[in-house]
Amino acid sequence: MERTRKKGQLLSRMATNDRHGENSPYFDGWKAYDENPFHPSQNPDGVIQMGLAENQLCFDLIKKWILENPDASICTAEGVDKLKNIAIYQDYHGLKEFREAVAKFMERVGGNRVTFDPNRIVMGGGATGANETVMFCLADPGDAFLVPAPYYPAFARDLRWRTGLEIVPVDCKSSNNFRITRAALEEAYEKAQSSNINVKGVILANPSNPLGTVLDRETMRSLVSFVNEKGIHLVCDEIYAATVFSSPRFISIAEIIQDMDCNRDLIHIVYSLSKDMGFPGFRVGIVYSFNDVVVNCARKMSSFGLVSSQTQYLLASMLSDEEFVGNFLRESSKRLARRHSVFTKGLEQVGISCLKSNAGLFFWMNMRPLLKEQTAQGELELWRAIISEVKLNVSPGSSFQCSEPGWFRVCFANMDDETVEVALERIRAFVLQGKEEDAPDQKSQRWHKKSLRLSFSSSRLYDESPMSPRMLSPHSPLVRART
Amino acid sequence: MAIENEQPAVGLSKVAVSETHGEDSPYFAGWKAYDENPYDESSNQSGVIQMGLAENQVSFDLLEKYLEEHSEASSWGIGAPGFRENALFQDYHGLKSFRQAMANFMEQIRGGRAKFDPDRIVLTAGATAANELLTFILADPGDALLVPTPYYPGLDRDLRWRTGVKIVPIHCDSSNNFQVTPEALEAAYECAESMNLKVRGVLITNPSNPLGATIQRSVLEEILEFVTRKNIHLVSDEIYSGSTFSSSEFISIAEILEAHDYKNSERVHIVYSLSKDLGLPGFRVGTIYSYNDKVVTTARRMSSFTLISSQTQHLLACMLSNKEFTENYIKTNRESLRKRYEMIIKGLKNAGIECLKGNAGLFCWMNLSPLLEESTREGELALWKVILNEVRLNISPGSSCHCSEPGWFRVCFANMSEQTLEVALERIHKLMEQRKSKET
Repeated sequence: MERTRKKGQLLSRMATNDRHGENSPYFDGWKAYDENPFHPSQNPDGVIQMGLAENQLCFDLIKKWILENPDASICTAEGVDKLKNIAIYQDYHGLKEFREAVAKFMERVGGNRVTFDPNRIVMGGGATGANETVMFCLADPGDAFLVPAPYYPAFARDLRWRTGLEIVPVDCKSSNNFRITRAALEEAYEKAQSSNINVKGVILANPSNPLGTVLDRETMRSLVSFVNEKGIHLVCDEIYAATVFSSPRFISIAEIIQDMDCNRDLIHIVYSLSKDMGFPGFRVGIVYSFNDVVVNCARKMSSFGLVSSQTQYLLASMLSDEEFVGNFLRESSKRLARRHSVFTKGLEQVGISCLKSNAGLFFWMNMRPLLKEQTAQGELELWRAIISEVKLNVSPGSSFQCSEPGWFRVCFANMDDETVEVALERIRAFVLQGKEEDAPDQKSQRWHKKSLRLSFSSSRLYDESPMSPRMLSPHSPLVRART
Repeated sequence: MAIENEQPAVGLSKVAVSETHGEDSPYFAGWKAYDENPYDESSNQSGVIQMGLAENQVSFDLLEKYLEEHSEASSWGIGAPGFRENALFQDYHGLKSFRQAMANFMEQIRGGRAKFDPDRIVLTAGATAANELLTFILADPGDALLVPTPYYPGLDRDLRWRTGVKIVPIHCDSSNNFQVTPEALEAAYECAESMNLKVRGVLITNPSNPLGATIQRSVLEEILEFVTRKNIHLVSDEIYSGSTFSSSEFISIAEILEAHDYKNSERVHIVYSLSKDLGLPGFRVGTIYSYNDKVVTTARRMSSFTLISSQTQHLLACMLSNKEFTENYIKTNRESLRKRYEMIIKGLKNAGIECLKGNAGLFCWMNLSPLLEESTREGELALWKVILNEVRLNISPGSSCHCSEPGWFRVCFANMSEQTLEVALERIHKLMEQRKSKET
């Protein structure tokens, strides 16, 4: 009887479904980059990576600190006497100094208007692991979370894959700058309820990925009263909190609930150092909950994704250096502001507008005027043209579940100044060329007419073969924990 | 439907409110006693000695020496040129140099008797994550994995908690030194079937925790034959493979597969970690090595939830690719563990206590059944409480490892200095003397 079991059943449903999210057309752009990566001198015609939300602007400051503080590493002559104690430390509470340093850092990033209790700081395997852990704590398989759209693509994997949860998008529109309205929340909630979907909470990123905006106080208060009324949870992923580079300032949900009558057991924060500090490789995810049971449960679950004690030790030292942190945060904001300005002003000059934003490592570009048709298909066509002709990997709005076609997320903090210039020039040239529609020049309609099929040798498809990891760029979301 | 704010606790998930995390077992109660009154050689000589912690602290001097002599390993080179790239590296394939170093290390541990392909190595934050991840991939909620008893208490959480998968025990007893038999395998399988549970695989720990002994070749062959016949998976957690007392007694499932020309190997998966062999549990270094391409691909994707810090990968890539260092480490570590083992066995024997013959691990499997008031789980727990509160030693009762025979205890010996071990042995000796004099 056993022999007749089909081969496909040898793995779990989870292992064979698509919820890892890697089979979406979104990844075509990455392949284009992987095959032909831009380099200012070696490959000036290559594809520029603008789909990668990384913060690479302040490594000089960090490098300097590392060199000046060799004892922060337990693996140098100066620090090796701490090796044993740190190397055997696997307590899922996390090093006290680490938790205290992270709490203080979060306070600073929150404008020093809130206090964070180090005993509520719980580790996760990056924000990827932290978000998943929170879901495991709050909801059962089949339950759902409301997520304002457009949202970070990997939420589909992080919130749903192993947890068995569902996402119900909350539609936000450009007509009011994608604000999250009470009406939209109610509508999404009702729709779910009427389909017998049990909504357990709302999860969102603030500042927003991909919008690059911060939530205003009114919207935040509205969210808090919404979840209180419904008796559901509110999870705020504040991973981009320190990437705010101009006003209005970032307001943590922790600050909002200080002056509101609300059930704090419903409020949870996810944080990480991957964006603010630019340390995605160090896998520092944080769960901060105001609910004691969740803190305890998440802490136990953190056994599945603890931060390396070596890394905890280094960061405890770095983040408790108040002078360094202050200087870093100031410089980082300045440099992000400058980058953002260079791009948005440059694009304005050719008539391309972006959503007004003041945070994040990207801007939300409005390419609707260039769409042949205002549909998802139209957006994909434009996107493929941008990849193959302009040779920029930008992220189409549809991959963020944006209901309005024509928006693109463009990352700007993961490249040097030289590349910025090239990227800007390419976009401007493309846009201007597209505007010469009146000219009988065939070339101007070129991108509409050209075959839009991107051809790649099939052996380069998604990493189905375990034997070919090197073919993929280490920055491709096919291989990264977070995009 | 709006819910009033006066409701009691707001709803959490079933997983959150379950007790499958396992922390309410006596296994962990002993820890509390230790935490409240920890032994210290100088400042608290009457405190509780921690013998419930399977940690390897006997070889830190080797690690320290390496780092003092190779400090660029972690400081990203002079002038920290590699820092940026390292801090940005979150590729779930893991650093190639690190995977290569791990593959080499695993080969060295097995005396070159098995080969490992670095591209089949998937990295996770500890074996804890590796075991859970594999379970998510190999079984659906409600399915079962068969695990020989006694087993590492943490498996109850790692295999079952968030996955919803069940463990059905393969009962082993002292009549044949707790080895797995074909009859026991069949019995476990039938037991699962009678509960309407679909069995997806067998998970073994080799060398065994808590037995402290390697699994014999013939038994490995039998287990492999069983899983092949049932068309299910085999997970071999070889976390203690570098902690054997001699270089020749450990046989990895990889060697068995090699001998069979890798026929039917796509059902076999190995879990490894540096927490025990290298004594680096804090660094969270776990791996899954699978002979199944789909499992490798899927595990790699899932590892996004539990990647190893790139800082740590970088450090260990340097350290483990230093062949001189690793060869010396493996050899010296084995020697040191063997000496410790002999010391504790001798001390226990002098006190009139027998242990299962062991040849690996950081602990020994001690037989205190003659001391039980009654040969039951309660009797064992009563004795355990006495040892904890009066003798002030935290050891692990066999029942927390799901041992079907009461009276066995796991006693760790590698997580303390030799002096502390002497003190522990003295206390045990005294306990036995007291018991003897009570009888007469």
